[in-house]
Amino acid sequence: MKKCRVAAIAVIAAAVWLPAGPSLAQDTTKEIERYRQMLADGNPAELLEMRGEGLWKEKRGPKNVSLEACDLGLGAGKVQGVNAVLPRYFADVNRVMDLESRLVHCQVTLQGLNRADLVKRPYSLAAGERQTDHEALVAYLVGQSRGAKVNVPQAHPLEQAAFKRGEQMFHFRGGPYDFSCATCHGEEGQRIRLQDLPNFGTPADAQRAFTTWPAYRVSQGAMRTMQWRIFDCFRQQRMPELIFLSQASIDLITYMGVKAKDGTMDVPAIKR
Amino acid sequence: MKPITLALGAATGAVLVLSLAGCVATPPAATDAKPAAAPAATTVDAVMRESFKETGIAKLDRLNQSDLQRACSAASATGKTVDGKTAVALQNAARAAIKYPADGKYLGDWKRGEAIAQNGRGLQFTDTATTVNGGNCYACHQIDKAELAYGNIGPSLTAYGKKKGNSEAALKAAWGRIWNSHSVTACNAMPRFGDAGILTEAQIKDVMALLFDPASPVNK
Repeated sequence: MKKCRVAAIAVIAAAVWLPAGPSLAQDTTKEIERYRQMLADGNPAELLEMRGEGLWKEKRGPKNVSLEACDLGLGAGKVQGVNAVLPRYFADVNRVMDLESRLVHCQVTLQGLNRADLVKRPYSLAAGERQTDHEALVAYLVGQSRGAKVNVPQAHPLEQAAFKRGEQMFHFRGGPYDFSCATCHGEEGQRIRLQDLPNFGTPADAQRAFTTWPAYRVSQGAMRTMQWRIFDCFRQQRMPELIFLSQASIDLITYMGVKAKDGTMDVPAIKR
Repeated sequence: MKPITLALGAATGAVLVLSLAGCVATPPAATDAKPAAAPAATTVDAVMRESFKETGIAKLDRLNQSDLQRACSAASATGKTVDGKTAVALQNAARAAIKYPADGKYLGDWKRGEAIAQNGRGLQFTDTATTVNGGNCYACHQIDKAELAYGNIGPSLTAYGKKKGNSEAALKAAWGRIWNSHSVTACNAMPRFGDAGILTEAQIKDVMALLFDPASPVNK
């Protein structure tokens, strides 16, 4: 049964993975609605979660150890609910890290993997490309936070500084289009084409956005991480390329997470 | 003896400048092989600068804010509209720089205009220097009623020509808004399609025809 469903998903994902024209956009919306109904109790990201769980528990790297001793903020080996309390300050590195930064950090420090290799190609961007190990590990970890209440800490001065910078960056207008994040995400009820845009000025919208990333993107046939979400927003803003795990990415995720306080994590979600 | 000392001094100065430039240009956090270290930069500008990299046509100079971008960012961060005095100054500067069509003709081909309004390509780091930019007007505006997939960040433009007429003043006003909308309302959301070189003069004429031509579906 599950196999059939996965095959059907692949067919439809391929069908909607086309540049959207005017009439096609409407067809796509209908198609996605049909697709949502068909899924009902499943999300293709679940398969990725399983792969990620395998990677998390497997002995890997030069040191031949698993990631199970990784401290993601709630203590070594604790994965339940971590995504709801990240980004946060980590004393061992004296800086604020988001989930993806900390995951890479653990692979380097625990397993002895090379950081340059890990950050080289974190996202599977080519059409039909297999999802990366990074995406699989993220899928597993965030899946362990389903139902957790968002509570991104603001006690440490560096956490407060990250939030404050994130807030300024959210309003930073630049590039040939003069766009900031706030251009699209700072007003109530705004849409690009038919896509609703969450307004980070209201807690309900901020919660809805923060608690549904990472997400399986039907239009791309792949699960996308929070780092990818910010990276791709800046691409559409016509800014230069956001560096994976950069301080700006962590600052913006901190800003969004704090704004989404008390939301309930529901990731990996499924989206257009 | 003295000239040598001076030359040495100058050389030392040059080395210092070079090494400083090196510090600024190398993004330290994300590309090196070391485990993450505490960020050296703490200000927004400095953190932004080390958090992006040049890819293709998208160079790091896109992070250099113009006076307009800086003023509008500051206002946005406070949650208020830009103050009256600043707004007037920005609008005046924008208006003074509008380039009207050299041949005095404002309207091109509305069909080409519709294609430009539909096209969202251009100026992303995944685009190239030869990518023909679109205007992506439907992302934010309702235009031809037949297109249902329109955004609402900007006002509806249906029946635009019918409502505005086709006087020289009406044409000039619309041209100015498309060229640089900050000439009318400082710090609004619309890109400066002419001023920032997003669309060519010929493309703007085509978009103008979509809005004003009586034969355009916008005015049917």
